[in-house]
Amino acid sequence: MVKQWISALVLFMLAGLAQAELVIEVTQGKQSAIPVAVVPFEWSGEGALPEDISGIVANDLGSSGYFKVLPVANMISQPTTLEAVAYSDWRNLRQDFVVIGRISMDESGYTMEFHVLDVHQKVELLRHRVKGKANQLRDIAHYISDYVFEKLTGIPGVFSTRLIYVTTNRERSRFNLNYADADGAREQLIFTSQDPIISPAWAPDGKKVAYVSFESGRSAIYFQELATGKRELVLKMEGSTSAPAFSPDGTRLAFVRSSLGNPDIYVMDLGSRKIERLTTHYAIDTEPQWMADNRHLVFTSNRAGGPQIYQLDASNKAVKRLTYEGNYNARARVTDDGRKLIYVHREGENFHIASQDLDSGQVHILTTETDLDESPSVAPNGSMVIYAASEADRSILAAVSVDGEVKFRLPSKYGDVREPAWSPIF
Amino acid sequence: MQINALYKALGLTLGALLVAACSSTGEINEGESSETVTKAEEVTTEVTEAVEETSTTAVDTSAVSGESLESRMTEAEAALLEQTVFYFDFDQSTIKSDSKAALKVHAAYLAANSSARVVLEGHADERGTVEYNLALGERRAMAVRRFLLANGASASQLEVVSFGEERPVVMGHSESSWAKNRRVEVKYQSR
Repeated sequence: MVKQWISALVLFMLAGLAQAELVIEVTQGKQSAIPVAVVPFEWSGEGALPEDISGIVANDLGSSGYFKVLPVANMISQPTTLEAVAYSDWRNLRQDFVVIGRISMDESGYTMEFHVLDVHQKVELLRHRVKGKANQLRDIAHYISDYVFEKLTGIPGVFSTRLIYVTTNRERSRFNLNYADADGAREQLIFTSQDPIISPAWAPDGKKVAYVSFESGRSAIYFQELATGKRELVLKMEGSTSAPAFSPDGTRLAFVRSSLGNPDIYVMDLGSRKIERLTTHYAIDTEPQWMADNRHLVFTSNRAGGPQIYQLDASNKAVKRLTYEGNYNARARVTDDGRKLIYVHREGENFHIASQDLDSGQVHILTTETDLDESPSVAPNGSMVIYAASEADRSILAAVSVDGEVKFRLPSKYGDVREPAWSPIF
Repeated sequence: MQINALYKALGLTLGALLVAACSSTGEINEGESSETVTKAEEVTTEVTEAVEETSTTAVDTSAVSGESLESRMTEAEAALLEQTVFYFDFDQSTIKSDSKAALKVHAAYLAANSSARVVLEGHADERGTVEYNLALGERRAMAVRRFLLANGASASQLEVVSFGEERPVVMGHSESSWAKNRRVEVKYQSR
């Protein structure tokens, strides 16, 4: 126990140098953002609530870019029960929806009851109750945000999801793997090293992550259980071993193995740990990512000169080229519905995030404000892409919606933030 | 319209095939030539040995001039041995011509000192993607490895490791910084 405390303390002190503390800043919202008012919830307990629940809900909805949230200061009235609602107040403020709620506490924990009201129809759209313990107040707030978001947009919310990402100091002498809420709050250090950490990836059940660590002097793939912190060295082979990617059904791990300088795509069965080689080409083949059907993968190859995205059928190893625009397209991710390919695209001297419609082949550059964009990771509801970018000599995280309409940044107070990976929906 | 698209697609495919064909030929050539070089060297060594065996007593004075030549070579070698970082162009792993003289000296040093060991550390600049850059760094280190092997070093002396874009020497975001980061470092573990 004492030993655990000491090692936690050491970890904390080591990590202090490269702590990030991300805070969301919305830089561009949807043109069609829905006006919504989240009225401060009534708190019937004693003292102050440790978390501002309605404030977190308002922040979630606003940061999604899908909603334009009314500042509390502009509210004419602040009802907390249905009976107290004057729809005319909200119509005058040009709001479409109003969220109201109450929080109470007993021996079993906190209970939250909330309502969503349609201002134009003057009706209650939904009513819901959620319970939790004191340490779950933020989770409760994100649950409410997810619930409201899905009811009003038809898209599952991702406010309860998590991010893992790597932070480094300027000297690149300290690398941290961090775990945080999707809004950057509650950051926790889960692994720290003097050597590089890259390519973190989530297992589809959200309980485990895979990543590449150079702690042994060369790249090797590790698994780490989030609940216990237990690590396992999974793949270390001659040459380099990197780019882990779990299949959506969680039974296989695609990865890259390079022997004598020739990186190819391999797959390991996670049950039997048997390894099969999927590509055999003298060019660089890397950055594999599974598609939702558990059969196809996308990967980057420079077999035609510069890096381009290819599709690979894991069952018969057939390869098909997917990208043709420009001389540098790499690190592709596919949205869960299989319709969009998201990747890093070089345009002139800059690198941006592009989305390509897999049916029509049409390419749409999503980012323009950020430089040297890399490491795109798609949210599990397919709405947003988080990526790393360079800003004022630092590496930050930024996000853009798959349609390019919503943009937000997650700047850190110091250090470089890189390699984000968005969790599945838990 | 459709025919146009078809031509375009065909053109692209042909282009891709051509590029693929070119690079594959290049790759094979490199492999072949390096083998040939190694063989040629083996042959030369044998011949030299044979000559020495048969003419040990005949040539005596020429040994003096031979020695002075060697010492001059050593001076030049020493200077070139100091050069341990070799640079590359963006998205390229071809050894630049101005790197070759120094790499040849490293190869000769390794050939002459069989206990010497080096790690060839490949790096990329920050542009582009992390894993692709890891592969690119490795490609660069492998290109240096092949060159050293072709010039007399043995495989057991050389270890290749890539750090991709993770260990830049210069932090700036301009071509002058990037150029310094696209590199292979020859690091002696033992001399």
